[in-house]
Amino acid sequence: MSTSQTTTTEHHPALAHQFDDMAQQQEASTFGMWVFLLTEIMMFGGLFTAYLIYRLKYYDAFVGGSSSISIPWGFANTLVLIGSSFTMAMAVWAAQKGKRTAQVWFLIGTMVLGAAFLGVKAKEYYDKYDECHIPGHVIGKGFNAWGGCEAKNPKLGNIADEIRERDPKVPETSAVQTAKRTEIFFSFYFAMTGLHAFHMVIGLGLLGWLVMRARRSEFGPDYFTPVELGGLYWHFVDIVWIYLFPLLYLINRVGAKPL
Amino acid sequence: MAEHSHPTPKLYAVIVSCLFAGTILTVFAATWELHIFNPIVALVIATTKATLVILYFMHVRYSSRLTKLTVAAGFFWLLILISLSLTDYIPRILQLLR
Repeated sequence: MSTSQTTTTEHHPALAHQFDDMAQQQEASTFGMWVFLLTEIMMFGGLFTAYLIYRLKYYDAFVGGSSSISIPWGFANTLVLIGSSFTMAMAVWAAQKGKRTAQVWFLIGTMVLGAAFLGVKAKEYYDKYDECHIPGHVIGKGFNAWGGCEAKNPKLGNIADEIRERDPKVPETSAVQTAKRTEIFFSFYFAMTGLHAFHMVIGLGLLGWLVMRARRSEFGPDYFTPVELGGLYWHFVDIVWIYLFPLLYLINRVGAKPL
Repeated sequence: MAEHSHPTPKLYAVIVSCLFAGTILTVFAATWELHIFNPIVALVIATTKATLVILYFMHVRYSSRLTKLTVAAGFFWLLILISLSLTDYIPRILQLLR
């Protein structure tokens, strides 16, 4: 460490030697985090683009598949995730203000809400498993959305019947055809929500690591970059869900009961 | 870093209330018959919510010009990805509107 400078050589222990000061270090870290998030935007963007193209091509099947997912659960989960973004933002605020206890509790609150989100997601996945809505023939009883699924409530899994219930003018053969095509919708549903859930799991790991460091009083007004960057990641995952919710759950619910 | 004064808890509470309201609104809007505007309304609400998260929760509003430019470049690139992939569909959609 250089001690030849006339100005003070005392600096924050978290300051890496290639930076002039803490502000410059934080600016570089924020920039780097955003560059990483841009690669994430492009990864999810590819999925969203593919989703859009297939939705335009098989619109009826996308409506049929979408209408078989539960609005109340998806709605509740959206509120839970937005709530977790709020507690995360508060954790960054507490870190910056040097409020150690508040910071730890806001981080733990974020983890609890994130885990609740994943729990609801698991319940929704199980329902889809029970209704034979998992694409392919490897998992469970194989894909079947037009009757013949031995679900706890066989009515739920039959998208062909649902289509004819909404519009009795649709001939049975074409309703069955549309129900068969919902397999492409469910492929997107599982790929997109699955990749999102995977990000949540990583986020929970990051939060656990932040809780441990926060408990050791490593963050304060001069240095809270890890909390700030963890927050950026968590909010990004929230934004992906803000788009996934209307695009997967609410494609066309005209006339349906909202909640 | 001095000018990067972050928002207060009060502002965060206002933002999260707006996000909750937007979520409720998007569920109800999906059940109204708006024809071609149903997906547009859904995307406008989602984009408004995402913008609030980016500007306030992610502090972009209080960030340096470099960060703002980086974020804008990311979304510009996303628009290129989506719009160029849809070049075959856009004229057909416009034809439907005629």
